[in-house]
Amino acid sequence: MVAQKKGATARVSEDPEELARHPLQAILLADSFTTKFRPITLERPKVLLPLANIPMIDYTLAWLESAGVEEVFVFCCAHSKQVIDYLESSDWSSQPNFLVTTIESHNSISAGDALRLIYERHVIHGDFVLISGDTVSNMSLTQALQEHKERRKKDANAIMTMVVKQSKPSPITQQSRLGTDELFMAINPDTKQLLCYEDKAEYSKGFISLDKTLIADNPSTVLHNDKQDCYIDICSEEVLSLFTDNFDYQHLRRHFVKGLLVDDIMGYKIFTHEIHSSYAARIDNFRSYDTISKDIIQRWTYPFVPDVLCGNSAIRVERRGTYRASEITLSRSAQIGPFIVIGQGTEIGNDTKISHSVIGEGCTIGSNVTIEGSYIWNNVTIEDGCELRHAIVCDGVTMKSGAVLEPGVVLSFKVVVGQQFVVPAYSMVSLLQQPTQQDSDEELEYADSSSGNVELPSKLNGDITSDLSETRHGPTSELGTGGVGYIWSIFEGGHDEEWRHSVAPIPTDKLAKIMLDKDEDEELLTQDGNVLSPSGELKSDSDANDSEDGDNEGSRDDYVSFEKEVEATFLRAVHENVKVDHVILEVNALRLSYNMASVDCAGAIFYSMMKLAVESPHSSSSELHRNAADVITTWQNLLKSFLHDIDEEIEVILKFEEICLESAKEFSPLFAQILHLLYDKDILEEDAILRWADEKEGADESDKVFVQRAEKFLQWLREAEEEED
Amino acid sequence: MPDTQALVNDFLNQLKKRKIEGSQATAKQTAELLRSVISQTRVPYTNQAGALIDSVKAVGERLIAANPVELAVGNIVRRVLHIIREEDVSLTTAAMAGLNLSAVSDDEDDADRDDRPVLSAAAVAAASRSTLRPPSLQTLLEDVPDSAAVPHTSSSGGDSEGKSKSADKSSRSRKLKHDVIEAVNELIQDINTCHEQIAEQAVEHIHQNEVILTLGSSRTVLEFLCAAKEKKRSFRVFVAEGAPRYQGHLLAKELVARGLQTTLITDSAVFAMISRVNMVIVGAHAVMANGGVIAPVGLNMVALAAQKHAVPFVVLAGSHKLCPLYPHNPEVLLNELRSPSELLDFGEFSDCMDFGSGNGAPLLHVVNPTFDYVPPKLVSLFITDTGGHNPSYMYRLIADYYSADDLVVQRRPTSGN
Repeated sequence: MVAQKKGATARVSEDPEELARHPLQAILLADSFTTKFRPITLERPKVLLPLANIPMIDYTLAWLESAGVEEVFVFCCAHSKQVIDYLESSDWSSQPNFLVTTIESHNSISAGDALRLIYERHVIHGDFVLISGDTVSNMSLTQALQEHKERRKKDANAIMTMVVKQSKPSPITQQSRLGTDELFMAINPDTKQLLCYEDKAEYSKGFISLDKTLIADNPSTVLHNDKQDCYIDICSEEVLSLFTDNFDYQHLRRHFVKGLLVDDIMGYKIFTHEIHSSYAARIDNFRSYDTISKDIIQRWTYPFVPDVLCGNSAIRVERRGTYRASEITLSRSAQIGPFIVIGQGTEIGNDTKISHSVIGEGCTIGSNVTIEGSYIWNNVTIEDGCELRHAIVCDGVTMKSGAVLEPGVVLSFKVVVGQQFVVPAYSMVSLLQQPTQQDSDEELEYADSSSGNVELPSKLNGDITSDLSETRHGPTSELGTGGVGYIWSIFEGGHDEEWRHSVAPIPTDKLAKIMLDKDEDEELLTQDGNVLSPSGELKSDSDANDSEDGDNEGSRDDYVSFEKEVEATFLRAVHENVKVDHVILEVNALRLSYNMASVDCAGAIFYSMMKLAVESPHSSSSELHRNAADVITTWQNLLKSFLHDIDEEIEVILKFEEICLESAKEFSPLFAQILHLLYDKDILEEDAILRWADEKEGADESDKVFVQRAEKFLQWLREAEEEED
Repeated sequence: MPDTQALVNDFLNQLKKRKIEGSQATAKQTAELLRSVISQTRVPYTNQAGALIDSVKAVGERLIAANPVELAVGNIVRRVLHIIREEDVSLTTAAMAGLNLSAVSDDEDDADRDDRPVLSAAAVAAASRSTLRPPSLQTLLEDVPDSAAVPHTSSSGGDSEGKSKSADKSSRSRKLKHDVIEAVNELIQDINTCHEQIAEQAVEHIHQNEVILTLGSSRTVLEFLCAAKEKKRSFRVFVAEGAPRYQGHLLAKELVARGLQTTLITDSAVFAMISRVNMVIVGAHAVMANGGVIAPVGLNMVALAAQKHAVPFVVLAGSHKLCPLYPHNPEVLLNELRSPSELLDFGEFSDCMDFGSGNGAPLLHVVNPTFDYVPPKLVSLFITDTGGHNPSYMYRLIADYYSADDLVVQRRPTSGN
């Protein structure tokens, strides 16, 4: 390939023959660069985890092959050895017309690093499919590719086509059926250009913000919240060079896609391709593992279903979605419920009930076992009387008789659960201790809040420890008598979020709680008139409403905090003898940052002064008066500098009134005296005082209290005025 | 034989991925593949037939496993095995005819066919074959190439008289392979022309001003109807659309293009229309040994409707669709469950399949079977390339095409699997 720079014109003319010459290539990232599947992924790479008894990467590769991709570069990072060994021993290394090449790296910590490395290798020529090794799909690439190429011919900046699929998010939990956060996308319905991509919208506020120019530039924009990102991208070569140019791009979506959408200098565009009848989804967390497994069993991914994909051991589909390998030993009294997969060589004992589950190869399951919605991998031993509900059990686990797994439990490789032991819901159990800090070589959560991951030592939660320490000490005791393994403390998001991504369905009480919270929110929001309707369409005038209401409400809060800041500044000035000029500067800075008027400054400063006076020790009102007089004398310059005109002076009087009424009642008898003092010090002019009195003329009796108190002083002022005349 | 290996793998792949549609195409490709396997097989001096059978079985086993639902693969593998056996027997008998009876024991000695325990004496076997089998049209036709082969073999057999066994064997082995390949070629030819042969019989069945009902799309049916049309028969066709793949739409289009009066109806309207229909003519996916039919989904309902109104239910099937197996639980075990997305749009129903709520069990299950099983009692007539047959006669027909030894295509060493 010639220089990979953006010689746009040269490129377009070259395009047709270039495309004809190069076979379709794909980059398969065999590393998700996240820690969502820990602790399992500490021992085995995510792409080799079995999905309905077949490693995930097989689904991805089988799809790529059937979609007409001829060369795949498998990028391995974490556990690269295992991935490479697997690929070499599998059929994939010997397929005609389908070349699988592995690229190994030990220091990549993100998809961005991976793509930069691949760019350096100069192996990608022309358009390629970017996919991660945990994606299951059966879509046909032909049309998407065609569209991509045609767009590229017209516009060299159309460098990426993203595959999306309709999938309604749950209105209650705001997450998709795959357990990912609700995704907002703004798409131009005519050109299918992606305009906005928001996967971490602020649900708490119930609105998302769009760039105004976006609506100005596009005659029509449709905002979707019912689209699912399939993480299948058709990219042009430029994508790789863009990653190299922007070395801080790490995450494909969070950095790259959003970066391109925000950056209008280069003018690169991303388009979407929606699939309807075919299936595509990515396994991102335990919930999607559960969901996609069930989709596969229900044959949405046909022809990539266990009975077709599984080559060597014959699996037959029977009624009610039951997949059985040919060599299984099944007790007559066992009840094999709907939607299950049972692997080769598995033995199942008497009166065992299994439903909605996947059971791997070579497992031994005893009598009277209940298995519901669980994923049991290979060579697992489950003794009599165990109960498993919505759990993942990895290879080589032993569950002693009577052990119970509550919903959401993950047992990593070779864990032993002791007799009669109940593993609490959502526990992660592994033979390895929970790492106390991230090891950068391995999968890394580089996203936000990564640092807060694991602060607790790798012990278990308090209550469990205390529970167990009674029975036995040492690490083995954590899982009951004869148990082996560590229960990991829950990290990331904490208890509140664990149910969102777990294999277990969301408990009803959680749903009810969210519903309740939501109702309240909704009420609040409807009052404001800016609720986002469930269909995801933005009410046209919501922006305007929102800003106004927000301002009113927000400004009150702002004023309070502004006042506090000013007070703090003032106190510091008092105690540290800061020069008046500096205080003025600081208050002005505060005024700007809080977006306040100078009227507010005067009020706030006066308030701080009075507060200081009140707080300094005093025994009688005369002493208080002296205090106030001292403060006012000392800081008159400061106050004066904010009293530019009569309005501000009136504000000070009003503020004083307020102080006397509310915060410092001690001042109320001294009102007239202090007013006089202020007048004497030239802080307040007589005009302001008289105007204040006039304004109060028409007010209620209660409001007039202070006018009456100051009546004498006012009288005197008026007379003085007349005399002058 | 690296190139055959590659071919086999390629074909296996296609079968596995369900990339070959239609039993005729599958049958033809299987036959062609087996032909190249046979021609690549090195034949030893002794037991040539055994070697050929072994190598065909080895490939056939894998082919059948790749897509157990596509019965045509198994049918063709068994047909080829049968051909090898027949050719072997006919060669032996021919050789025998050239020799005197004393040669029988001689031949038996070197023909230590470990894989054919049945063969006590070649002559007896050959004789028994021709005598045991009742003289059907098929056997008579099949005997023609055998008798044609007689002169050559007899001459070579004459040479081998005495001690020159090796020369005899080599020429015989070449002969056998050659004959087998010839016969397989004929089989391929048969598969290619089965549509025409079936269509030739159309005028005998479709009469003036009749109304014909069919469901879905089948090339055999299309050719059959068009053949009748070409013979100046005027009739009308009702096409049920064949949900969920709606191939009936394509058939209607084709029929109209050929100038046939066509009415397209939904599958659910079949019962309402059946009283106006004179004959139901449909294609099949496979015909089982008991005369039951594996056919596109919806046909069982059509057959029941036809029975209710005493309308003849005619099934067209090329001989490659005749399967020597008896169906066991055919609704499930011989069915292919395709993606539910053919029935409904995933996105629209995604909220029905949110496993995050409730007890995690999906409440909506969409089933999309490809085939129906039509029991033999509902079928009035089968029309194959050799003519019309009653369902109860199918087993005889099958006995002509397949030898009983091959019903289970599995090599003994791996049978423990």
